[in-house]
Amino acid sequence: MNNLFVFCELDEGKPVDVSLELLTKGRSLANVLGCRLEAVVLGSAIDGIENLLFPYGTDVVHVGDDPELEHYRTLPYASVIIGLFRQEQPQIALFGATTAGRDLGPRVSSALHSGLTADCTSLEIGDHYVKKTDTTYKNLLYQIRPAFGGNIIATIINPDHRPQMATVREGVMKKEILNKNFRGELKSINVKEYFRPEDFAVEIIERHMEARRVDIKAAQIVVAGGYGMGSKENFKLLFELAEVLGGEVAASRAAVDAGYAGHERQVGQTGVTVRPKLYIACGISGQIQHTAGMSQSGKIIAINNDSMAPINEIADYVISGDVAEVIPRLIKHYKANAR
Amino acid sequence: MKGIKIVVLAKQVPDTRNVGPDAMKADGTVNRAALSAIFNPEDLNALEQALLLKDSIPGTTVTVLTMGPGRAAEIIREGLYRGADDGVLLTDRAFAGSDTLATSYALTLAVRKINPDLVIGGRQAIDGDTAQVGPQVAEKLGWPQVTYAEAMHFGNDSLVIRRRLERGVETVKAPLPLVVTVNSTAPECRFRHAKLVMKYKNARTDSELQAENADYIANARTYMRITEWGIDAVGADIEQLGLSGSPTKVKEIDNVVLQSKETKRLSSSDKDIEALVRELLESHTIG
Repeated sequence: MNNLFVFCELDEGKPVDVSLELLTKGRSLANVLGCRLEAVVLGSAIDGIENLLFPYGTDVVHVGDDPELEHYRTLPYASVIIGLFRQEQPQIALFGATTAGRDLGPRVSSALHSGLTADCTSLEIGDHYVKKTDTTYKNLLYQIRPAFGGNIIATIINPDHRPQMATVREGVMKKEILNKNFRGELKSINVKEYFRPEDFAVEIIERHMEARRVDIKAAQIVVAGGYGMGSKENFKLLFELAEVLGGEVAASRAAVDAGYAGHERQVGQTGVTVRPKLYIACGISGQIQHTAGMSQSGKIIAINNDSMAPINEIADYVISGDVAEVIPRLIKHYKANAR
Repeated sequence: MKGIKIVVLAKQVPDTRNVGPDAMKADGTVNRAALSAIFNPEDLNALEQALLLKDSIPGTTVTVLTMGPGRAAEIIREGLYRGADDGVLLTDRAFAGSDTLATSYALTLAVRKINPDLVIGGRQAIDGDTAQVGPQVAEKLGWPQVTYAEAMHFGNDSLVIRRRLERGVETVKAPLPLVVTVNSTAPECRFRHAKLVMKYKNARTDSELQAENADYIANARTYMRITEWGIDAVGADIEQLGLSGSPTKVKEIDNVVLQSKETKRLSSSDKDIEALVRELLESHTIG
């Protein structure tokens, strides 16, 4: 009872990165609270899945394995999680802010009448003093997130309701194996006990998923293009530069929406957060929704024609000019000078 | 098939997308007066989906439901200009300060009172960005939910919906009643129709009429009346509204201060770029 739970989402039978990132964070929060870190994972034919979660310091893995859980669907998943949480009474429950997590989290929090904070950028443990009643709440989860278009940072708490729930986007926390030999306890969930007949109302007819070919989070050097690149054709320049430097190509949301690059390359609040050694922003204006996903990069170079672009404020170097001229010059001088 | 009754959940929001230098005051606080109030963009995508269904199934009606202060009636008028049949403004001082749970509680009561077959809302609002209200309303109604929708049509008494997920597309089939939330990847909402603007531009809520002292306009034409409901009309329990009904509380708000960095400005000349490349190589940032 009263432990910290992380919902571990699977993609093709493997835990998704954000779930592992949350286990890592959950482990350190659980240490502060002096409680256990528990994971819940649902799917079909997932024998042995707990072995992929124990190394992150997970004390207990609850596994629900049933054909009805093969792909995420709201009602079957929600029924199991709600039932399990009513039984286990976690003090904190964390979900990745994926399409599934943002579909499931609010459904669960509504059923349990608990508070949920979406897209947290930071989680901490702290106290809260209420002057009016002269009460101190100890060891609450501070759920920290940007709001109002990213112009303010809010710290949200759920003093009186449990579990304290939060969703976190991929790449915001770092994943780190605690000990590859760590072994916790495996508990099997009897999912049929939680399913209700009406849970199967929605049927999946078809799925067309593309294999994830790129992982921009892993890249140490990122060459990103924005709406200012002008076309998908022009993105070829970025691919050339990235190849020469040994980096990966990313894009702002505006560029993705315009069709210049695929969604898997999107950096920003509705994309992925990256922290490379070097981030080269080409034709990117740098709205807060984008910079939120890359401002922690080691070094930032902005290449654009707009001296007023917000990205220039956070860049270490600003090259004023046309991307079509600058990038070939970068490539030329790199080849000439690099060993 | 018979016409269905659709409720579109919509929110009037400050335009946080166009946050220029005027949006923040000198002391670092948000200058709400400088931001215009708009129809939440993804709710417009939702409205378009409702109107497309209305186009395809004769007898279908679309009601815009919004919870907000008195001037949120503006977005109901906006919905009418685009083709909605009527609107309901859920407004009461008791609703102020509600988090998503308290908001979904109030909206659910209003939805039950309207009694539709289908509820469609935008995925999320641009001020809160939580995407929580849709699923929470669905849970309280006890209905299935389908989120991240970008297209839908009816086939044999169930709604076939295409969802946009991280790595691709998923198509699902769901029976009514149902709650659907719609993405910005769905088609844009159609423009205002000039005839509808002429028809509805004087549509008002009772509160607006009182303020304008113009009751006679509404009495003359019933479609000019925008329904307005408060806490009593929907039978809401005040304890579940506002701050007391909100499990989440804001502990602190900090203004985002852009850290000023020492930025080196370069031209695109060969000389400058070569110097930059050398500097990056030396610091082992590249190579």
